[in-house]
Amino acid sequence: MNNHADPSYRAAEQAARNGYGKLVAILAAHDQDIAAAEDALGEALVAALNAWPVQGVPQSPEAWLVTVARNRLKNAARSRAVRLLAEPELMRRAMPDPETSDFPDRRLQLMLACAHPAIDAAARAPLILQVILGIDAARIARAFLTEPSAMSQRLVRAKARIRDVGLRYELPGPEDMPERLAAVLDAIYAAFGDGYDRLEMPGAHGALTGEAIWLARLIVEMLPDEPEAKGLLALMLYCAARRAARRDQEGRFVPLAEQNPKLWDRTMVIEAEGLLIAAARAGRFGRYQCEAAIQSVHVQRAATGQLNLQALRTLYDLLVTRTDSIGARIGRAVVMADAGDPDAALADLEAIDRQRIAAHQPWWVARAHCARLAGRGPQAAGFLRQAIALTDDDAIRAYLAGSLDEAGPDTPDMRGPVTG
Amino acid sequence: MQFMLIFKETPGDFAARTDPHQSQPYWAGWSAFIGAMSEAGLIVNGDGLQGPQTATILQVRDGKRIVHDGPFAETKEQLGGYVVIEVPDLDTAIDWAAKAPCAHTASVEVRPVMPPMTAPSA
Repeated sequence: MNNHADPSYRAAEQAARNGYGKLVAILAAHDQDIAAAEDALGEALVAALNAWPVQGVPQSPEAWLVTVARNRLKNAARSRAVRLLAEPELMRRAMPDPETSDFPDRRLQLMLACAHPAIDAAARAPLILQVILGIDAARIARAFLTEPSAMSQRLVRAKARIRDVGLRYELPGPEDMPERLAAVLDAIYAAFGDGYDRLEMPGAHGALTGEAIWLARLIVEMLPDEPEAKGLLALMLYCAARRAARRDQEGRFVPLAEQNPKLWDRTMVIEAEGLLIAAARAGRFGRYQCEAAIQSVHVQRAATGQLNLQALRTLYDLLVTRTDSIGARIGRAVVMADAGDPDAALADLEAIDRQRIAAHQPWWVARAHCARLAGRGPQAAGFLRQAIALTDDDAIRAYLAGSLDEAGPDTPDMRGPVTG
Repeated sequence: MQFMLIFKETPGDFAARTDPHQSQPYWAGWSAFIGAMSEAGLIVNGDGLQGPQTATILQVRDGKRIVHDGPFAETKEQLGGYVVIEVPDLDTAIDWAAKAPCAHTASVEVRPVMPPMTAPSA
């Protein structure tokens, strides 16, 4: 068995999935049939994932995959339709000289198709993970806490829609690009957010945070002038950098304000800071740059020893104008309370539409925190009990219960990634 | 490829067709829209339809014809007309659909037209 955490395995896996995604994009651009493209290349990907970690990555990963795919198509009793569809295109790509033939990268076009407004929003993130990286439906289902059969169905339906509704894999014009790209970035963040929230839970091996970062990196490479792509990558790197600091040695939850900055991954933080600066040069601010900037303020605490609440407040004020995410509203309320205005913060939390937050654990935690700062101890305890009832992470439940036992609750990691 | 733009209209839209004060702007809006598509050379065919009160619904059950007057449900939107256009992709079709007057009051459904059937091969 290969050790999947081994860097050389990861490198081979990346090469295999990169080549696979490129080829799926080429085939699918041909006739919009993603499922048929996957069918033609799936076995080649599995073969590459087995062979490359041992034998090394071939000089032209795409040519290797094409050759294997062609052989499998010829040998196995494939459906005739798949062969008719995929073979000529694969042949053309593999000829005349597989070593030098160029494989155009149409993955961005494919991602834009997967996140097209005509495609069900809940299917977009799973679709991109599967189509671009070749992640199997069962693993995606685990990461999204969905039944594998339900996830498979959702993916099949979405692919059928892409094939049939009349999408063409073209890049949108510059005037439409920001909006279309935003849908892709939202999908990638959905893949990350779900994984991030559960990183430390038992069974967190299903988390797809690494894959989300990988996809964002891909977009930054392909669209170096789009600041929001850099913003999203920076945001996810800041959050991932804190992973080791979010639990102590006994596995107990450590809120952001109490984390030891020495445990933050410096390489990731430095990369994130660089991305954020580069993004700012474009002069087009947006949601993800704003969220990344909020994370940057938290990271500054390592250098200054103090959290700049003023800067956080300004950034959250900007953020709520750019997204209707309830996470942004909650984050802003916590900062308002910390900066000395807990009554206004509570009023702000109350003003959020009840239907959206009744079962939203962070909202109850934030209310408890603000109520405690406002000197309303008993009320805070009530909110905290509600929050505990809504918490499915054992470590966080234990932490919240501990806060309940003390005089009053403290702030859990309310300023983590803004989700929801 | 070909898409059908299916125009849904509200009871208010249908009433506007013959209302002395509203009919002029109502028809001017549609003329401008259809004229623009026609000028762009996209229209394969299309028609406006008379209002839902003129509809007759027919079913055959157990060999018997059942004929009803009008659409079944009291829905807010009813079919008002359609046009088939030839455009490169869904995004272009959506851009045109957004210019339809009824997109602002009711909705436009955009559907790809089925390609001609090919004879089944062995």
